[in-house]
Amino acid sequence: MWKTILRRVLLMIPQLFILSIIVFALGKAMPGDPFTGLITPDMDPAVIERLREEAGLNDPIPVQYKNWIVRILRDGDFGRSYTYKMPVTKLIGKRAANTLWLSLLTVILTYLIAIPLGIYAGRYNGSKFDKAVMVYNFISYAIPRFILGLLLLLFFGYRLKWVPTTGSVDLGLEPGTLDYFLSRLHHMILPAITSAILGTIGIVQYLRNEIIDAKTQDYVKTARSKGVPTNKVYTHHIFRNSLLPIAAFFGFTITGLLGGSVFIETIFTYPGMGELFVSAISSRDYSVINSLVLLFGFLTLLGSLLSDIIMTIVDPRIRIE
Amino acid sequence: MSNLEINKNYVTPNIDEETLKALSREQSFWNVLKREFKVDKLATACLIILIIIFAVLFIGSALLDQEEVMKIDLKYKYEPPGDKFILGADLGGRSIAGQLLIGGRNSVLIGFAVTILTSFIGIVVGLITGYYGGKVDNIIMRICDFISILPVTLLIITFVVVIPDYTMWHFIFIMSIFYWVGMTRLVRSKALSESRRDYVNASKIMGTSDIKIMFGSILPNISSIIIVDLILEFAGNIGIETGLSFLGFGLPPSTPSLGTLVSYARTPGAMSSKLWLWLPASLLILVMMLCINYVGQAVKRASDAKQRLG
Repeated sequence: MWKTILRRVLLMIPQLFILSIIVFALGKAMPGDPFTGLITPDMDPAVIERLREEAGLNDPIPVQYKNWIVRILRDGDFGRSYTYKMPVTKLIGKRAANTLWLSLLTVILTYLIAIPLGIYAGRYNGSKFDKAVMVYNFISYAIPRFILGLLLLLFFGYRLKWVPTTGSVDLGLEPGTLDYFLSRLHHMILPAITSAILGTIGIVQYLRNEIIDAKTQDYVKTARSKGVPTNKVYTHHIFRNSLLPIAAFFGFTITGLLGGSVFIETIFTYPGMGELFVSAISSRDYSVINSLVLLFGFLTLLGSLLSDIIMTIVDPRIRIE
Repeated sequence: MSNLEINKNYVTPNIDEETLKALSREQSFWNVLKREFKVDKLATACLIILIIIFAVLFIGSALLDQEEVMKIDLKYKYEPPGDKFILGADLGGRSIAGQLLIGGRNSVLIGFAVTILTSFIGIVVGLITGYYGGKVDNIIMRICDFISILPVTLLIITFVVVIPDYTMWHFIFIMSIFYWVGMTRLVRSKALSESRRDYVNASKIMGTSDIKIMFGSILPNISSIIIVDLILEFAGNIGIETGLSFLGFGLPPSTPSLGTLVSYARTPGAMSSKLWLWLPASLLILVMMLCINYVGQAVKRASDAKQRLG
């Protein structure tokens, strides 16, 4: 198993390398450079030229790529944001924490919604509840993320006024207090539910089919003929067997969350990485854009790695020797 | 000898040729589809709604003059729905209803164009890799693996910003670069199992050319699965286009899109008090998505004999 995982990790290196080249090429294709913003009418062009020379912007492209990568890997230096006037790492760090908390809540809610729905729909398949779950599944599959977000925001945020409509926390609260924590939760709950509803699609369907299949399996018949109570057959025998593959969805859930965070955070004006990306694009803050694409790519890779690792642990058949 | 002939005549039962033909004729996919829609009334309703929506969008937008609709008239800024404008007007005094028709048509056309482009690439590449296998297959599948782990949404947005003189065609092209992978994987896996079948081997032995086997024998056999995927991808692509336009990085600002209309929800105050700006477009997208997907599900059931209702 370790061999498979190691192979999988090694496979990430060329993928990351190509991703970094794409990001670098996109950065080069963007108009302007770090000094464009400094140019004022009374500034000597020779000074700008000297600054560019010193920053290495006149070097051959491969040398520039090498310097860029070395700075990132050795010093963790992603450059500076022009609009926020601070190092990109510091800027992203603040936003990343917000996205992380939102993602954590989303993952919890996803499984909290998906597992009971899948289990009961599978156990009582053909019942009214099962049909309702199928309808839920169909709608959550068909509806685009931003439409669902907007409609929920309109209904729960503006009409019922149950949740705040923007931000991540109320102003004037001391971090670390219970009020602060509750306020954050209050701000995160609607975006998290929106993402969670969309995250449940595959899981509910899979779990339901898995349980319907399991009902006719020999091990279930054995358990039943031993006299195990029906409830226990479901909670102990079927559930455990069906849950393992569900664990493998975890990586995909994370990957989906990252892609969706751009939409969700924009709609709910939640100050996370996705919202930062959209505002950086709007203000053409290139070093922030590049770093975020690179970071999202890296996290997506980690997500798919995590999926594969969980699957190798859960299912011995896919372990390649 | 003559004795035998008499016997043969005696044994042969009297079979009506017509009945035999009718019995042995295979059910065409089209007939199965018709039966499926007959049983599933909701699917038929969805199909009719879709046809009506598309007809209204295309005929309506053909009757309208885009420049007339997009002309700014500040006198009618945020005019609520009423006599002058059926669905009200936006910030520039432009009719929402007119933009809805033109934007709807654009979104549907782009969804369609991207689906056709990605499916064409997917079918050709998938058939070749699945049929030949080997090195080419290995390389292309690694490329697919790589694209599927890219942060696609972010990359598309970055591309949109980087490209100078950005038009609708650029957008279709950028989307296609990233979304051909799904169809390729599907066609490849089906072509792979299909090319191991006896009929393909028999065809090979008879000297049929590879191209003829791929497009003449394998493709028709996997066509029903491709059709299902086409429909679902069409819905998905409309969703992606409107989503990106909603963020402001889809169609160029001069071209109306449903996503751009929905993005009016992000202007201050529009969310709660100026519903006419963004709600019609959102509902139109929602209804289209639900209907296309439901029709897709019905076609999917029809393509799989185990799940058919009809």
